[in-house]
Amino acid sequence: MAKMIKLLSGNEALALGAYHAGVEVAAAYPGTPSTEILESIARFDDIYAEWSTNEKVAVEVALGASYAGARSLVSMKHVGLNVASDPFIAASTTGVGAGMVVVAADDPGMHSSQNEQDSRHYARLAKVPVLEPGDSQEAYELMAHAFDISERFDTPVLVRMTTRLSHSKSVVKTDRERAVPGRAVGFKRDVAKYVMVPAYARLRHPVMEERLVGLATFAETLPLNQVLWGDQSLGVVSSGVAYQYSREVLPRASFLKLGMVYPLPENLIRYFAVQVDRLVVIEELDPFLEESIRAMGISVVGKECIPRVGELNPDIIEDGLRRIGLLNEVVSSPGPGVVPGLPKRPPLLCPGCPHAGFFFVISRLGKRSRAPKSRGKAASESGLVITGDIGCYTLGAYPPLNAMDTCACMGASIGQALGMVKAGTSQRVVAVIGDSTFLHSGITPLVDAVYNGGQLTVVILDNGTTAMTGHQHHPGTGISAQGKETRAVKLEDVVRGVGVSDVRVVSAFNIRDIRAALRSSLDSSGLSVIIVRGACAVRAPRHAQPRVIDAEKCNQCQLCLLIGCPAIRRENKRIYIDPASCVGDACTICEQICPRQAIAPQFEVGVVAPA
Amino acid sequence: MKKFDLLVTGVGGQGVILASNIIGEVALAAGYDVKKTDTLGMAQRGGSVVSHVRLGRGVYSPLIKADEVDIMVAFEKLEAARWSHYLRPGAVAIVNNHAQFPLSVNLGDEPYPDDGEIVGILRRSTERIYLIDGTSRVEALGNPRTLNVFLLGCASVFLPLKIRVWQDIISQRVPPGVQKLNITAFNRGRKEMRRVYLRQGAAEYGARVVDTEDVRGGGRA
Ligand SMILES: Cc1ncc(C[n+]2csc(CCOP(=O)(O)OP(=O)(O)O)c2C)c(N)n1
Ligand code: SF4
Ligand code: SF4
Repeated sequence: MAKMIKLLSGNEALALGAYHAGVEVAAAYPGTPSTEILESIARFDDIYAEWSTNEKVAVEVALGASYAGARSLVSMKHVGLNVASDPFIAASTTGVGAGMVVVAADDPGMHSSQNEQDSRHYARLAKVPVLEPGDSQEAYELMAHAFDISERFDTPVLVRMTTRLSHSKSVVKTDRERAVPGRAVGFKRDVAKYVMVPAYARLRHPVMEERLVGLATFAETLPLNQVLWGDQSLGVVSSGVAYQYSREVLPRASFLKLGMVYPLPENLIRYFAVQVDRLVVIEELDPFLEESIRAMGISVVGKECIPRVGELNPDIIEDGLRRIGLLNEVVSSPGPGVVPGLPKRPPLLCPGCPHAGFFFVISRLGKRSRAPKSRGKAASESGLVITGDIGCYTLGAYPPLNAMDTCACMGASIGQALGMVKAGTSQRVVAVIGDSTFLHSGITPLVDAVYNGGQLTVVILDNGTTAMTGHQHHPGTGISAQGKETRAVKLEDVVRGVGVSDVRVVSAFNIRDIRAALRSSLDSSGLSVIIVRGACAVRAPRHAQPRVIDAEKCNQCQLCLLIGCPAIRRENKRIYIDPASCVGDACTICEQICPRQAIAPQFEVGVVAPA
Repeated sequence: MKKFDLLVTGVGGQGVILASNIIGEVALAAGYDVKKTDTLGMAQRGGSVVSHVRLGRGVYSPLIKADEVDIMVAFEKLEAARWSHYLRPGAVAIVNNHAQFPLSVNLGDEPYPDDGEIVGILRRSTERIYLIDGTSRVEALGNPRTLNVFLLGCASVFLPLKIRVWQDIISQRVPPGVQKLNITAFNRGRKEMRRVYLRQGAAEYGARVVDTEDVRGGGRA
C-alpha cells in the first residue's frame, strides 16, 4: 500500500492498525463508543468479522481463534467488559495462541452509558497489560505493539479507549501494508495450558505473576512510554486524551506520557520524578496511575485538583491546576459562561417509531400518562410495575410516556421482574426488553422464569435491529456484520423452545392488538411473552401520506400528544402534524387512538397542515 | 499558519457531522494539522449535536476551550445560543435562521427564545452575528438536505482554504447523483454570506471578506 494520510477516528485507526497488524478474526457486540471498530474492520473482506451475540461470546470467539493460531481482536464498550469478564480473565489465565487484543471503550461523562467505570481496574484483576493511545495516529501504531506484546508475553492485551478518543478524528499517516504472520492455523493440544482444571490452573497463576514482572521491565524501554522534557519545575504524568488536554494547558511543562498504563515502568517514573520540582498526575476518572505512583513512595498531586467524576477537558484541568497554585497565569477575561434556562433538547423516539404504540398502550393501562398541562403531579398508583432494559425503548421512561420503572444493565428486566414477583408484590410486573438485548442476555433469565415459575409478562420489542447503537445486525436479522446472509434466529422459536407456552406476536402499529394481548397477558396466571414486531423507522424510512388533524373535529383533548411522537406538535393551542416528519401509512398510531377520528391521511381531510 | 477553532452545532439529522468532517478534510488537504470531535449522545433521535473542529500547525486537544472559538456555524438558533459561551470575543457566528422546537416547547411547557433573546445571548461574546436564511434558501434550491453544504459555503468565506478543494471534498463526501446540487448549494452559501456580510457593514468591524483571489496557496494565510 502506498503512503496514506487521512483523517480517521480513533476507532477507525484501531481497526486499520489491527488490519495492518495481521488480525484475522474480529468479534464484537455493539456499544457506544466502541461500535465503529468492528464496523470499520468488517469492511476488509479478507478477514472474518462478526457481531457476536454478546461480549462474553465475542471474547470466547476471539480466544478460540487465538488458540487456533489466528490473531484476533475483540471490541466492546466498558460495560461490555463486565459481561465478558469471565472469559477475559480466563484468557489471561491460559494465555493465548496467536496475539489477542481486547479493546474496551470507557465513557467518561456518560455520553451514552449507564455508568462511568474506569476499565483500567481490570488490568489488576486480570493481570494483563493495558495500552492507551492519545490520538488516532497512536491508536493506529499501538495495535502493532499490542499484538507483539500479546504473543511475546503470552497474554491478552487490553486497549483502553475513551469516548473522546474513539470519536475524535485526527490525522493518520501510514506507510505500512497488511502483514499476516506466516504460520499455519490449527490448534495444538496442550492440556496443561488450555484445560484449566485446578491442578493446571495452579501452575498458571505463578506464570501470570512472572509475566507481570517481565512486562514491567519491558515497559521501561517501550517507546510508547515517552519523556518529553520542558521546564522542569513541573512534571506531568498523563496518558490518553488527558495528555492532549494537559499539553494544551501546560505547553511548557515536562511530560511523562504513558502509552502503557499497566504495569508501570517504575524506574522511568522515578527517573522522571527526581528531575522535576513538582509532580502532578492528570488522568480521567479514577486515580489509577496516581495511587500506583504514590505507592512507589513518590510524592504526587492528582485528584486534589483533577476531578474523578466526569469527562475532563482543558478548562477543567486549567481550573484545577490554578486552584492548587500550579498555574499562575491570570485568566485574560472570564467568559460569559453557560446560558442558564434554555430549553433542553433530549433525544426522542423518532416519528413512526415502532416502540411508541406499545408504550402508549401500557402507559394508558397503567395510568401513567397525563395530559401535558397536568404534568408534574404524582403518577396515579396503578398496581403495575414495568421493569426496563437498555435500548431506544428506554426513552419510554421519559414524559409523556413515563412507562419504564427500572433500567440497570442489559438483560436485567426479566430477572428483576421475576425477583419482584418472588418477593411477593401484589403488583403486576411487566418486563420490557428489545430484540437485540433479549438475544444478548434476555434468554437465560427467561429460562429462569420458565423454570422457577411466576405470574409475569415479558414484552419483547422487536424492531429488527440494534437501533440504539446505530442499527447493527444481530442474530434475529439473519444478516452478518459483513453483509452476508446467514440463518436468522426467530424470537418466537426461541421463546417457545425454552418452554413458554403463552406466546403472542402482534404488530407494533396495531393498537387494538397490542392492547388485547397486554390485557389478556395481565389477566393470565403464568408466564407469557408478547413479541411486538415492527421495523425501526430509521431502517425502513417510508414516508407516504402524512396524517393530518382535522381542526373541525379536533376538540383539543391532547391524547395524541401522549404518544410522544415528535411529528405531533402544538402551537398557539392548536395541535397539528408536521407533514415532513410524519411517516404516515407505515405508522398511523395517532389515527388509531384519536377518540374523535379527527386524524386521517391528508387527502381525506382535505385541509393543509400549517407550515 | 493561523489556527482556527470552529464549532459546528445543530440538531441530530441536520447534517452537522458531515459538515464538520468536510471542514476537517479540506483543512487537511491544505496542509493543516486537524482534530475534530463530535458530542452527540443519541443525536440520531433529534438531540443537540456539537462538533469541535480545530485547525493549526499542531493541535493537541480535540476539544476547544471555552471562549476560544473563532467561527461558529449553527444550523439552528437555540443551539447557537446553547453553545455561545464557547465564542471568543469578536468571533464570527454564522447562525441559520431556523428554529426547531424541542419536545418541551412543542408540548407548550416552555417558550422558545425569540430572535432578540438569541442575538442578545450571542452578543455577550461578539457583535459579528450573521443570521442566514439557509433553510429557506436550500428549500428553494429544491433539496433541504443541502443545508449543511450551504452553510459550509458561508463559513468558507472566513477561511483561507481554496474553493476548488472545498468543491472536490464535497463531491467526494456527498452521495453520487447530488454532487452538482451540493456544489451549487455551496456556491450559493458563499454568495449569501457575502451579501449578508456587506449588508451588515463589514467595515465597522474592521474585518475583510476573504475572497477566492486572496487565498491562492491556501493554508498560508
Ligand atoms: C453490556 C452492554 N453492551 C452494550 C451496550 C450498548 N447498548 C445499549 S442498548 C443496546 C441494544 C439495543 O438494541 P435493542 O435491544 O434491539 O433495542 P433498540 O435500540 O433497537 O430499540 C446496546 C448494544 C450496553 N449498554 N451494555
Ligand atoms: S431509531 Fe428506530 S427504534 Fe430508535 S427511536 Fe428511532 S424508530 Fe425507534
Ligand atoms: S402517523 Fe401519527 S404517530 Fe405516526 S408518525 Fe405520523 S404523526 Fe406520528
